[in-house]
Amino acid sequence: MASETLKVGLVSPEREIWSGEAEHVIAQTIEGEMGILVGHVPVLGILVDGSVVRIKPVDQAEWITAMVGSGFFSVAANEIAVLAEQAELGSAIDVAAARAALDEAVQAESRDDETVVAERRARARLRAAGEEA
Amino acid sequence: MGAQLRQLRQRIKTVKSTAKITRAQELIATSRIVKAQERVKASAPYARHITRAVTALISHQTNVAHPLLREDPERRRAAVLLITSDRGFCGGFNANVLRESEALMAKLRNEGKEPVAYIVGTKGVNWYRFRDRAIEEEWTGFSGAPRFEHAETIGRRLVADFLAEGEEGLGEIHVIYTEFVSMLTQAVQTRRLLPLEIEEVEASKDNVPPAYEFEPSAKTALDQLLPNYVESRIWHMLLQSAASYYAATRRAMKSATDNANELLGVYTRRANQARQAEITQEISEIVGGANALAEASAGSE
Repeated sequence: MASETLKVGLVSPEREIWSGEAEHVIAQTIEGEMGILVGHVPVLGILVDGSVVRIKPVDQAEWITAMVGSGFFSVAANEIAVLAEQAELGSAIDVAAARAALDEAVQAESRDDETVVAERRARARLRAAGEEA
Repeated sequence: MGAQLRQLRQRIKTVKSTAKITRAQELIATSRIVKAQERVKASAPYARHITRAVTALISHQTNVAHPLLREDPERRRAAVLLITSDRGFCGGFNANVLRESEALMAKLRNEGKEPVAYIVGTKGVNWYRFRDRAIEEEWTGFSGAPRFEHAETIGRRLVADFLAEGEEGLGEIHVIYTEFVSMLTQAVQTRRLLPLEIEEVEASKDNVPPAYEFEPSAKTALDQLLPNYVESRIWHMLLQSAASYYAATRRAMKSATDNANELLGVYTRRANQARQAEITQEISEIVGGANALAEASAGSE
């Protein structure tokens, strides 16, 4: 088992954002953060809308971070599929735009669900990009 | 130049420039089809995963009771979502969708239901407006290049209306779209979106879904997954329709170019004939004139 790796696919409806072999994946579910290593039991977890998923690829020392919106992940037989309706890799995030979106969401007049989600997503974007939020 | 000849040359010029335009549009459509097909392909992994997850969820629970799976014959309102295009120049693309929708609505009425129209695309909207028909909701401006947000907006609205209590609530939702079968064939499809029928994407050996644990619970998972699944279905249909639209445009523009070229041949032949007739007439006039002159001078000597 130890020599095996996790097959990870980070997928949005429009395209596959990232796929490859990884040794460790951390995702945030509604109940808390969850780390997944090789040999994990099959799990289907709901992602927090506006959270960060971290992936440690086998062939790189750096962690890959990605912002995810509404979605879920499924783990089965060392295969992880992270499915999110909104997903962006940290390296591809426009920090200035994310900050502007955050400001807008924070200053919004009404605190309805939409602005709360927008704020969470903007924060997740910034965190995925390695910025303070 | 004679009047007839001038007229023909004018027409030849017009037809030529029309042919140029339609040819250009044909080429544009061809390149867009490729792009649209790539997008369809890129969306496949998500659709596959979410279908598998939903199937796993439903097959694991013996008695799934979720509002989105509920069949309620008491609810009379039935939504019909039409996916048409924003622009024309695509042959029968929109006409086919509209015809199919008329048939479906007639069928629904026969069953005692009340069809309600939700329309994507300017062409469908205008068709309804022109006939003074009620439109429950319309979305326009993205039929050629949809983004997922659009599918999300449409999905949210439909799901909300489906879940609405009382008179306003929908009993079922149907979608009419055009499936891209191949470059040459596009087929209008009618699908029931809600109550959900889970479509099997692949029926292979790993069809037995793994025994998932749910985080936090199966109920919340279902609450989240089903709307996402609906949105993913709509997304699929939007992409298919966009690809079909370009294929239909390409075909329509190709036959328009062919027709123009055929016309061009006919007009050129006619113009040549007219030119020759003119020359012949001129010669006979000259010869006639010369003869008359010769006769006149011969008479005077």
